[in-house]
Amino acid sequence: MTEKQKLVVIGNGMAPGRMLEHLFEAAPDAFDVTIFNAEPRVNYDRIMLSPVLSGEKSFEDIIIHGDGWYIEHGVMLYKGHKVVEIDRQAKTVRSEHGEVASYDKLVIATGSAPFIIPVPGHNLPGVLTYRDLDDVDAMLLAAQSRGKAVVIGGGLLGLEAAAGLKERGMDVTVIHLMPTLMERQLDPAAGYLLERELESRGIRVITRASTKKILGETRVEGIELEDGTVIPATLVVMAVGIRPSAALAKEAGLSVNRGIVVNDSMQTSDPDIYALGECVEVNGNVYGLVAPLYQMAEVAASHLTGDNSRRFVETSTATKLKVTGINLYSVGDFTEAEDREEIVLRDAAAGVYKRLVLKDNRILGVVLYGETADGAWFFDHLKKQTDISEMRETLIFGQAYQGGSQLDPMAAVAALPDNAEICGCNGVCKGKITGAITSRGLKGLDDVRAHTKASASCGTCTGLVEQLLSLTLGDAYNPAAVTPMCGCTGLGHDDVRRLIKAKELKTIPAVMQELEWTTSCGCAKCRPALNYYLVCDWPDEYADDYQSRFINERVHANIQKDGTYSVVPRMWGGMTSSKELRAIADVVDKFNIPAVKCTGGQRIDMLGIRKEDLPAVWADLGKAGFVSGQAYAKGLRTVKTCVGTDWCRFGTQDSTGLGIKLEKFMWGSWTPAKLKMAVSGCPRNCSEATCKDIGVICVDSGYDIHFAGAAGLDIKGTEVLGHVKTEDEVMEHVVALAQMYREQGRYLERIYKWAKRIGLDEIRRQIMDEPDRRKAYYDRFVFSQKFAQVDPWSERVSGKDKHEFNPMATLTLEAAE
Amino acid sequence: MNAMTQTWVKVGRIGDIPRRGARCVKNGDMSIAIFRTADDRVFALEDKCPHRNGPLSQGIVHDGCVTCPLHNWVISLETGAAQGADEGQTLSIPVRLEGDEIVLGIGGLA
Repeated sequence: MTEKQKLVVIGNGMAPGRMLEHLFEAAPDAFDVTIFNAEPRVNYDRIMLSPVLSGEKSFEDIIIHGDGWYIEHGVMLYKGHKVVEIDRQAKTVRSEHGEVASYDKLVIATGSAPFIIPVPGHNLPGVLTYRDLDDVDAMLLAAQSRGKAVVIGGGLLGLEAAAGLKERGMDVTVIHLMPTLMERQLDPAAGYLLERELESRGIRVITRASTKKILGETRVEGIELEDGTVIPATLVVMAVGIRPSAALAKEAGLSVNRGIVVNDSMQTSDPDIYALGECVEVNGNVYGLVAPLYQMAEVAASHLTGDNSRRFVETSTATKLKVTGINLYSVGDFTEAEDREEIVLRDAAAGVYKRLVLKDNRILGVVLYGETADGAWFFDHLKKQTDISEMRETLIFGQAYQGGSQLDPMAAVAALPDNAEICGCNGVCKGKITGAITSRGLKGLDDVRAHTKASASCGTCTGLVEQLLSLTLGDAYNPAAVTPMCGCTGLGHDDVRRLIKAKELKTIPAVMQELEWTTSCGCAKCRPALNYYLVCDWPDEYADDYQSRFINERVHANIQKDGTYSVVPRMWGGMTSSKELRAIADVVDKFNIPAVKCTGGQRIDMLGIRKEDLPAVWADLGKAGFVSGQAYAKGLRTVKTCVGTDWCRFGTQDSTGLGIKLEKFMWGSWTPAKLKMAVSGCPRNCSEATCKDIGVICVDSGYDIHFAGAAGLDIKGTEVLGHVKTEDEVMEHVVALAQMYREQGRYLERIYKWAKRIGLDEIRRQIMDEPDRRKAYYDRFVFSQKFAQVDPWSERVSGKDKHEFNPMATLTLEAAE
Repeated sequence: MNAMTQTWVKVGRIGDIPRRGARCVKNGDMSIAIFRTADDRVFALEDKCPHRNGPLSQGIVHDGCVTCPLHNWVISLETGAAQGADEGQTLSIPVRLEGDEIVLGIGGLA
């Protein structure tokens, strides 16, 4: 075996990541690889930052190579190391932290930097760019204030940022220099439709606007346009383009123009140094979309392994906007010229616009807005330069209208030739996908992503890939093939819940046996989930397995970082009395409780109680009439209220009374995740009902019931379930909704995530429009409460689970002798 | 050798601990967690997660492991070693069953 060559890579973005994948596939043992990454993290999918910003994905979802990948391939990855010098004589690179690595071959992939308009104020705090995860984190932080944001730049990135910030609750204005949005990818008509769509979502768009300066003393307060208009803002995002980061290469004496100059094998002016990605310039062009960058990765990898046959060839790339609900697609050249013709289809009512630019009966450019399913088909004809004169009359209607075939999307996909491109980001064609499905026995979307990369980047071709799976596998393809509950089973939460009912499984061992668990007694993920499902489904028959509950639910208090506990008694609807407060004060003194705090749920928390003292604390609290507040439970927590008509001059109904009624009816119930509620006496909403799991807003004519809000990891206003007239109706609807969630939610899935999964309309239909079904939900909840409404504190004061609270033995020196 | 000075002490009966559960034994300032698995094996670890000193005795016991209640580290009952990607080890203390009595080997570890 020959000695391994040393390969050093500067930069850890998508292009070098892809290059290494090709390299390890072609020649796994050829190189010892060292990567310097200026960002302090692993390789992730930068084009998916917008879904992270809007909250549709988390950072974990978009990681391409986790830490394990680097270990598996023996790659030395320096995270957070910016390379500051390349010494071409010594063949070494040096990082800002002084780390030096020598190379036989060097790959520069320093990417690009966002362009900052040098207007006054551009360096004020609150002015951000949109490039990496740190920018997204900064925007999310800024969005928490719910202030006003200005996005400068109405291109792809700027609009995705604007939509994401809007989704996060900010008031957003987009400033764009040109007359229409995304003018590089869209013609004016499609740009106009896009503008209208964004405006309808509450995003203000100002075109033909040039920024004069950014206002503010110590931080951003707004921007001023050339025409004198002032727009107040607490956040300004500049998304006006990128610039190749070529300074390092230039200092090393490599040939640099706009970007680092490379030949079509990705070699720089130094044959031992390659460069690829957004930092390079090939044949006078620089690139920012992912498809050409991936092509560069392939070329560089094959050249490094000695295969000189591959060359970088410029091809057109399709553009899509990753904003949920906006479909647009463009590719090729769509400017007007004398020798060009066009076919246009407009459907104003449906918001559809399609335009094909033709020259000599061949497609030159495509712009689709509103309906983009035929994009890949048009693109295919564009690339092949098909003579379309035969189908010219019906061309614009798309593939389904050719040759008299049915309007069936499956037929359309089936009719695509094997070399039709499905995934534009990764350049994967249909044949490669169907081939991989058959030869490797792939079963689902994740398999296809892992083996072919198709749909693994921006995800807009996911539908097409699913159709290919379905065509290739027939009935064997199960699109609902979901993530397993945990490593102990291949089944997802929904399957497990269904089978518990169908097979009447009533103990955890029965579930594990019948559903073929691969471990002997589960793990800390599945056991609490199964315990909840069984408690929920068989309230009268199932014996709660405390050893499968998380410690807080086992000892009915909240564990703290030092192993002590906190205790929160119920204060119904947030109401209390001198007697209750006195009892709490006495307990605090008697047990030397170090901290007492008011909670966000209108109750009092006593922190720092030793576990051994818990039963005695509860005994004293119990004497004053307190029961457990279940502040630790995946179950009903609080019902927050305002003072309503009892005291408030604006109150429209007895919100306090209704809140107490709800809490007394629903306490003790277990739910998939915690359930927090509130009742506000008028739309001023002092009890903040519109960010709760379930909230009620009293109005003159009755009660508006809200649900699916969130104010934790995510922040989200509630959705309206419906309006009812009486308190009794409120009780029935709220309880039925809670029971529907109890029966369908996945363990640890908050109500807003469940609602998003099931669909708001479906929930409204079942709870508001189907009285029989609502009543049945209500009755099942009431039945379950018969077994759930037992105060866990008084049970333990009477001796239940005594072993939990005392040490088994205390060794003294005598005992040890 | 350590074993020379080790003392075996009876600390209780196996029935004192619930299956898939744990109880503590106080030995001076040290708290020792005694675990009982589903198949009635018994293990002893210092009651301190190697991560942030979480009380392992309060965790969920599954197969031969316990999951720490503070941040979900999974610790092997037999060796005290963190499982998966986490790194760290909790002190493991010799323990055996004599009939249904739990006997702990303490002292002499200096």
